[in-house]
Amino acid sequence: MDDVMISVLQRTMVAGTPLLLGTVGEVICERSGILNLGVEGVMSLGAVVAFIVTYTTGNPWFGLMAAIGAGMVISLIHAFASVTLQANQVVSGLALTMIGLGLSGMLGKPYVGRPLAEKMNDVAIPWLCDIPVVGAVFFRQTPFFYMAVLLALVAWFFLERTRLGIKVRSTGEHPRAAETQGVNVTLIRYACVMIGGGFSAMAGAHLSTSYSKSWIEGMTAGRGWIVIALTIFALWNPGKAIGGAFLFGGIFVLQYLLQPLGISPNFLAMLPYGATLLILIIIGLGDQRKLSAPAQLGEPYKRGER
Amino acid sequence: MLTIKISDRDRITPIQSLVTNVLSLLAALGAVGLIFLVCGVNPFFAISKIFMGSFGSMYGFKETVTKAIPLVLIGGGLTLAFRAKFWNIGAEGQLLMGAILGGWVGLAWGDTLPSVVIVPLMFAAGFLGGALCGLVPAFLKIKFAINEVISTLMINYICAEFLTLLIVGPWKGKTRFGFPGTDNLPDNAILGVISGSRIHYATLVLALISVVILTIVVYRSRFGYEVRVIGENPEAGRYAGINFFKTSMLIMLISGGLAGFAGVGEVAGIHHYLGYPASISSGYGFTAIIVAWLAKLNPFYAIVSGLFFAGILVGGDAIQMSLGLPAATVQIVNGTLLVFLIMGDFFMKNKVTIQRRASVES
Repeated sequence: MDDVMISVLQRTMVAGTPLLLGTVGEVICERSGILNLGVEGVMSLGAVVAFIVTYTTGNPWFGLMAAIGAGMVISLIHAFASVTLQANQVVSGLALTMIGLGLSGMLGKPYVGRPLAEKMNDVAIPWLCDIPVVGAVFFRQTPFFYMAVLLALVAWFFLERTRLGIKVRSTGEHPRAAETQGVNVTLIRYACVMIGGGFSAMAGAHLSTSYSKSWIEGMTAGRGWIVIALTIFALWNPGKAIGGAFLFGGIFVLQYLLQPLGISPNFLAMLPYGATLLILIIIGLGDQRKLSAPAQLGEPYKRGER
Repeated sequence: MLTIKISDRDRITPIQSLVTNVLSLLAALGAVGLIFLVCGVNPFFAISKIFMGSFGSMYGFKETVTKAIPLVLIGGGLTLAFRAKFWNIGAEGQLLMGAILGGWVGLAWGDTLPSVVIVPLMFAAGFLGGALCGLVPAFLKIKFAINEVISTLMINYICAEFLTLLIVGPWKGKTRFGFPGTDNLPDNAILGVISGSRIHYATLVLALISVVILTIVVYRSRFGYEVRVIGENPEAGRYAGINFFKTSMLIMLISGGLAGFAGVGEVAGIHHYLGYPASISSGYGFTAIIVAWLAKLNPFYAIVSGLFFAGILVGGDAIQMSLGLPAATVQIVNGTLLVFLIMGDFFMKNKVTIQRRASVES
């Protein structure tokens, strides 16, 4: 395998990382029954907060932590509206996106065009990074990549194999039954929305402190929306999200690969969005019953109603 | 001990509804003021500047009406789609496709055809463009169960890239000296404005007629009834024999088509050529979502809420210039308003009373 191919694969992993982080967060959130369309906004806010804190402190890890905190706090808007006020989750999610995009534009304005002195450095895993091809692709990566894959596996284990995970799932499938079993539906849903927000913000931090080392408005470029599609593609399973996210990472990289062939860059920029539609169509052609969306996804839950 | 009791509200009077909406808006402005304060801007100054900029002067008001035209058109169409719980988030792309097709007709035949022929043709082409972009997600939703929020959004991005592709490539104008953009539309294809303003009246009239027709359709026609049933009780709709495919396609034909009208208006009335997507639409497709929501999904009220949000856009421009705030400020204001409107909805659906706890709950 030549160097070009290795470099393509490595960049695929990098491009897929924010998609994986976002998707895992959205999967957790949706498994508890809450549809969060605010990912794009929270991702953008995460990007700007991570950038500003890294820029000021010189430490990208502080930036990451601040971004996660900001993502969790801003997601409270959606949690409050959709859980406590039983509002329409589509509208409330859109509101969160608007606020997130607006806030990030406002906070980030003084930082546009400033390069980051300290970025999140790549980490080579000892021993493993020396394996030919595999080492270069998987084990000489940004820490975000390792975290994303690890967190996806942890999330899978959590949802499928732990008692608390069962509580989360039952909250999304049948909140009334869950509540009679002593599950605090409100608490679970709040927590899942906030965790989802933390993941989205982490994805944003990857974009601004590792992927591009700068901040510009609109740098999330619809990744937050692709995440929502990937959640369906992954059939609400964090394990399957790994495959989906890196498949899409490959499509992002394909744009740059095809550019030297003289194809219009604007046409190539349509690829991820067109591919999203295509993949949803392929899922739609298949057996709809296999699409095991959480039964109560998007439905507000009213306590004590029969 | 005091407790908060929440119970269902059976009915709500128009007065209560209005008061709740106004209170929500005031609360939202309070929250926006708080955000301004945190960002180091005097909130009273900023908020008064927004409204002085948009409604406080004749010039500002004319600009507000100009920006209300696309918002009323799109917001009106969205009330129809949202009634059926068809979440059309793709008005931005539908507007752009309307601008592309309408602009193409104008560029191609504006020299040879008189105004009375070319302008209606452009609007027809624009309607078609917007409608096509709207029909695809409706088709995908009914035939393949594809979530329309995602499909409409993906089409937004595709339309924006498509327009950019055209203006930097095949449609690049000779008079632009290498800069992206088409040549100017021929004079015949340019919409007249009310003198001393940028109000392109043809589109304004079209917008007003559209929402009036929509209001009649929504409240007085069988189709309007079917739209409501699909949104509120799809099970019942299936038993009643409503054709979901036909109704959804028609909803999106109208909703997308009206956004297409708005696109033609922006190109032929304001810019006079096709430029970058961000310059043709300043996020009208997204702002119109809140316009429809504030109108309580009543197409006629979209006139009032459209004017209100146009005012915020114009006022937002004013404070951007005088206070040096970024363009994104308007989005914060809009998002916050939407959140508070949602909160207001809660108080309209539920009765919240604070009472002394008489006995332990059983």
